Amino acid sequence: MLSLVFFSLLNGLVFGLLLFMLSSGLTLIFGMMGVLNFAHAGFYMLGAYLGYTMSITVGFWPALVVAPLAVGALGAVVERFGLRRVHRFGHVAELIFTFGVAVLIEEVVQLVWGRPAKSYVVPAALDFPLFQVFQGSFPAYKAFMLGISVAIFAFLVAVFTRTRAGLVIQASLTHPGMVAMLGHNVPRVFMVVFGVGSALAALAGVIAGPVLGTFPGMAQVLGSIVFVVVVIGGLGSLAGAFVASLLIGVIQTFAVAINVSLGSTLASLGIQVDATGPFQDLWRVTVAQVAPILPYLLLVLILIVRPTGLFGTRET
Amino acid sequence: MSAPAPAAARPVAAAAPARARWLRRYGVWLAAAVVVAALPHVARTPAAVPVMNQMGIAVVFALSYNMLLGQGGMLSFGHAVYFGLGGFIAAHALNLAGRGAVYLPAPLLPLVGGLGGLAFAVLFGSVSTRRAGTVFAMISLGIGEMMAASSLIVDRFFGGEEGITANRAKAPLLLGLPVTTDQQVYYLIAFWALLATVLMYAFSRTPLGRMANAVRDNPERAEFVGYSAQWVRFLSFCAAGFFAGVAGGLFAVNYEILTGANMGAAASGAVLLMTYIGGIGYFAGPILGAIVFTFLQSMLSDYTSLWLLYVGVIFLAAVLFAPMGLAGVLAMHGPVWRARRAGRLVGPYLAAALAALVAIAGVVGLLEMVHFVVVAPAGAASMRLLGLPLAVRAAWPWLGFIALAVTGAVALRRAGPRAAAAFAEASRPGGPR
Repeated sequence: MLSLVFFSLLNGLVFGLLLFMLSSGLTLIFGMMGVLNFAHAGFYMLGAYLGYTMSITVGFWPALVVAPLAVGALGAVVERFGLRRVHRFGHVAELIFTFGVAVLIEEVVQLVWGRPAKSYVVPAALDFPLFQVFQGSFPAYKAFMLGISVAIFAFLVAVFTRTRAGLVIQASLTHPGMVAMLGHNVPRVFMVVFGVGSALAALAGVIAGPVLGTFPGMAQVLGSIVFVVVVIGGLGSLAGAFVASLLIGVIQTFAVAINVSLGSTLASLGIQVDATGPFQDLWRVTVAQVAPILPYLLLVLILIVRPTGLFGTRET
Repeated sequence: MSAPAPAAARPVAAAAPARARWLRRYGVWLAAAVVVAALPHVARTPAAVPVMNQMGIAVVFALSYNMLLGQGGMLSFGHAVYFGLGGFIAAHALNLAGRGAVYLPAPLLPLVGGLGGLAFAVLFGSVSTRRAGTVFAMISLGIGEMMAASSLIVDRFFGGEEGITANRAKAPLLLGLPVTTDQQVYYLIAFWALLATVLMYAFSRTPLGRMANAVRDNPERAEFVGYSAQWVRFLSFCAAGFFAGVAGGLFAVNYEILTGANMGAAASGAVLLMTYIGGIGYFAGPILGAIVFTFLQSMLSDYTSLWLLYVGVIFLAAVLFAPMGLAGVLAMHGPVWRARRAGRLVGPYLAAALAALVAIAGVVGLLEMVHFVVVAPAGAASMRLLGLPLAVRAAWPWLGFIALAVTGAVALRRAGPRAAAAFAEASRPGGPR
């Protein structure tokens, strides 16, 4: 039991911080442009595929640097020549544009890399168990993921609170008109933030590809979860995204480890339920089976109770 | 489908003003009914009827989606939930009817599906329509993902991976009309699609439909006039859920199988794409969009496995260059047509279309060759594109397609602005210079 709790917590932390790497960029982009970027998970997927190709040609470590830079540049181009153009047609058009970019990225990835999943493997230098406790072992690669995520988090906090650029970005989030009056190029700030957000998503893809799998559906699998994180945390709030990432990460890893159903719980309390009636699905389903639904359930419940999310200050 | 009938709609003479008014009002619907009834006798290829059945279902689904997005300003990412649930309920009802448990002829199933969609729209709408904007969109996304994931868990109702199958031939007959062949199903779908279209159009003309527009544009002012924005949104949402369920019921009758994928994110995304391509600002927009999208889907997917890539490109081009959609582009040309200046546009438009065609041919050729190189077995060196053999290992096809793409793009950069200038000139008010 202790081992289950320990490893679930650790894995939840790894997954949660990975989610934060994706959701930090998404929530910043939303805060600036008021648009949920559907293509964000697509950039994550591009990062994973580029990382895979580069890791078998030039090695994993160059990929860790080059792939995010390339995807970040692509993100900046999408903002400069696509999103900025659509901006004048309103929010719905912008949102739908990013939706189209997401479809396109997914199709182009399938065109270039094919449909079967890629065997993106953990680099040999990190392919060993780091430590062993409670008859279980913790792989060094996950510790590496944890380290990178924490470093990114520290870097973001430092940039935001300690540098001039961070102050300009923070001011552009809430008062873009005033920042422009003071002589800053606000559209360029938007472009840079979009590019950096895309690069962070790609970095998450490079380091998560070997663990979570590199396959054409990977953007959809993680994309909606990242949306959930950003909305639960409060749109535009970095602190909210951090808390919600860890929350969702831990909830999901715990839920898949618990193999208890409503029927078995009631049975252990001495109540027998009819196992063949019309509600048999309800009694039979275990917590582990329901795990994929939990984030969405949480999303709907939080939005009903608190439409601004946990840390948000505005609704739209 | 909704071919405008300008000849019939224009008053012919002052002698029969009443009849002219009647024709102007109902002529479009009569013409649509005649066209729909005649279609299966005109398009006589065996593949045509199934494609038209699919179009009819898509039209109802897209129109119901536009009740939310276009008329109510609610962007939903989970509209397929009501389509799918309506379909599942209709499929179960069909199975019950087949076993003789209830008396329910197959032609009435869309109504069952609609009521099912309505029931779930009442349930989910009561919590999701309290807010508009991003909150509504996110709740609809959450509910959509939840139901899609549930379809694999609650396998008694959703049938797990295999889905629920039904057999329309076992249901009792209505008025002795059999519903077994594709053509018979076509008339069933055509009847329901026309009825649903008329009802949805009528809905947009009711005070409630008008208030939905008001709430979309300015909820605060609508509240000041004395209407509850939330209540208006909720009622529109329920109506949209009902018609999505009708489409789901039609789907159940036509395909006799429903799976979890019918409620998934891809299905919700597809209805958004077709509605937007058609034009969300016009009642006929989703009809056009559904027909074009289904046509592309069934035609392109026969020829290439890259069809979703092409649809994605078309979609992005629509958002970038024609955010008003196909219907909007057509409506834009209404004044030019009425001023009898359409003839002046033919030349510039043809030039632009030719340039675009050359560019498209080049890009499509390149994409197909890349695709062939990626998926083909290692030894294969020749592919067929539209019946033409192409040696993918040689340099000349690549160079040829690159030349086509570049030539087309350069020509389009010249012809495109010219076409736009010709349009601006033709639509300028006042007589010809």
